[in-house]
Amino acid sequence: MNAELILFIVFALLALFASVMMVTRKNPVLSAVFLILNFFALAGLYLLLNAQFIAVVQIIVYAGAIMVLFLFVLMLLNQRSEEKILNGKKNLKIFAIIVSALVVFQLAYIIFYSKPSAGLAPELQKSVQAGTVEQIGHQLYTNYVLPFEAAGFLLLAATVGALILAKKKFE
Amino acid sequence: MNNIPIEYYLILSALMFAVGITGVLIRRNAIVVFMSIELMLNSANLSLVTFSSYLGNSIGQIFVFFVMTVAAAEAAVGLAIIIAIFRNKLNVNIDEINIFKW
Amino acid sequence: MSIMEIVVITLIKIVAILSVFLLSVAYSVYFERKIASWAQNRVGPNRVGWNGLLQPFADVFKLLLKEDIVPEASNKPLHTLAPFIALLVAFSTYAVIPFGPEVELFGYKINLVVADVNIGILYVLAFTSIAVYGITFAGWSSGSKYSLLGGIRSSAQMISYEVSMGFSVGGVILLAESLSPVKIVEAQHGWMWNAIIQPIGFITFLVSSFAETNRLPFDLPEAEPELVGGYHTEYSSMKFAGFFLAEYANMIISSALITTLYLGGWQNPLVDIFHIQGGWAVAMQVGAFMIKIALLLFFFIWVRWSLPRFRYDQLMNLGWKVMFPLALLNIIWVAVLIMVFKI
Repeated sequence: MNAELILFIVFALLALFASVMMVTRKNPVLSAVFLILNFFALAGLYLLLNAQFIAVVQIIVYAGAIMVLFLFVLMLLNQRSEEKILNGKKNLKIFAIIVSALVVFQLAYIIFYSKPSAGLAPELQKSVQAGTVEQIGHQLYTNYVLPFEAAGFLLLAATVGALILAKKKFE
Repeated sequence: MNNIPIEYYLILSALMFAVGITGVLIRRNAIVVFMSIELMLNSANLSLVTFSSYLGNSIGQIFVFFVMTVAAAEAAVGLAIIIAIFRNKLNVNIDEINIFKW
Repeated sequence: MSIMEIVVITLIKIVAILSVFLLSVAYSVYFERKIASWAQNRVGPNRVGWNGLLQPFADVFKLLLKEDIVPEASNKPLHTLAPFIALLVAFSTYAVIPFGPEVELFGYKINLVVADVNIGILYVLAFTSIAVYGITFAGWSSGSKYSLLGGIRSSAQMISYEVSMGFSVGGVILLAESLSPVKIVEAQHGWMWNAIIQPIGFITFLVSSFAETNRLPFDLPEAEPELVGGYHTEYSSMKFAGFFLAEYANMIISSALITTLYLGGWQNPLVDIFHIQGGWAVAMQVGAFMIKIALLLFFFIWVRWSLPRFRYDQLMNLGWKVMFPLALLNIIWVAVLIMVFKI
């Protein structure tokens, strides 16, 4: 056992625990709290993967902006919690479990069948290099400048759309 | 980094994705369904970052950056839609939001 | 240096900074009360110790001895967690702020910063962006309408001002060409302070940090005439003290951040003018850092006792229609400076 593996296990268990709790909480605000915890665990995993920029952006954008928006809306609507998560629909529960089990099985099959670690020779140096702000910034403003601008337009459109939607009453 | 096989991260990502799917299927609160979708996006992000890091190539991380942009835009518009629906129906239960089915 | 030595030196730095920081948090409460009484032409705390200098300790003991009341309608785990989040966020930001240049002590080269992180500014922004959770969780978990309103207000307010805060930092990063606070301070050598080069960014950052620390004129989350106590209405005893200390810790952090980003950090022009070398230079530089922080703290308190509180719509208008465009303008200004005047 080395420190890295222990850290991985801690963060992975935290992420899984938080995601399961997120789905099973009756109160939507508590769901949001556990989703935030999940995002923090993910940021820790990104740091383990040497993706420092993505780790920080994960916290700034997901935990610091998107989830605050969710919490804001949840607190503004201030609903009662659902009495029962499943609303008595037993078939749906069985269906959901079958579907997700199938997805896990399928993904696990692909992962183990294709043996991704076989031809892989990860180099620490290159991996650290790939995650730096310099590298990502350079790539974004040279090779990916068009998608970058498109993302900017997308955000502008989303801002305008959200304003219009939230301002007018539904006819 | 060499100590952890890449499969661990991928399996974790798959498990989180499955939890997200379960959330979308069993929850009736539109906002929680929305959060489950965010969880699925994040699990996909995890595999992208994993591959990017193990291949020593930043393309995956740039993709994650764009996914985050889209997620932010989606959250803004989606929550605005949910607020608009709530104003109209005083409810965000997706079983009762069936105004297209007259 | 071996790993052991690095660990020991870092631990010493953490302990030293933490003790100075805690003491200054306690005394900033005292100074707030003294300056308030000065502004209102009264005496202020003067009973405990000489001129009331032991007042902060008396306050802490009083709060420690009080009963910790948890409301029946509250969500207990979150109610307990909220003040700890507030404190944790307030205290961890300090790790990346440099308070002096590199010095040689007992044969070791020591950088006077706990952690020289190459993405330090992003780290600070990440922590300020999660600072909102302390208040939001406190507001929601108390199960009281006043607290809830305070929490809702704070989440909207902090998200709005974070935008202009981030964009103002953009100008600083453009000039320093680095995200590391150590490099940013080094780039402001002499009189090349960012507050002088980019005054608009300085002002937007200053206003945003008032909003982020929930200080008056932006203290709508706790506006006492409207919301009783806002997000901490239902808090008592040490948990209340947690929020109280976090507010002052945030003020000190904000002052340190403004100093680092815009007022030259530990740079002291006098050192160059009089060609001071060695230990005295370092002492003067660290002293300059402390004095800048103290002046900014005074400014924070002074503003609190001089300005009335904004209305909520005014706050949002100011954030999105004034501060945000100004911050964008500042980035263009810095870009022009770099491209045309080759600073």
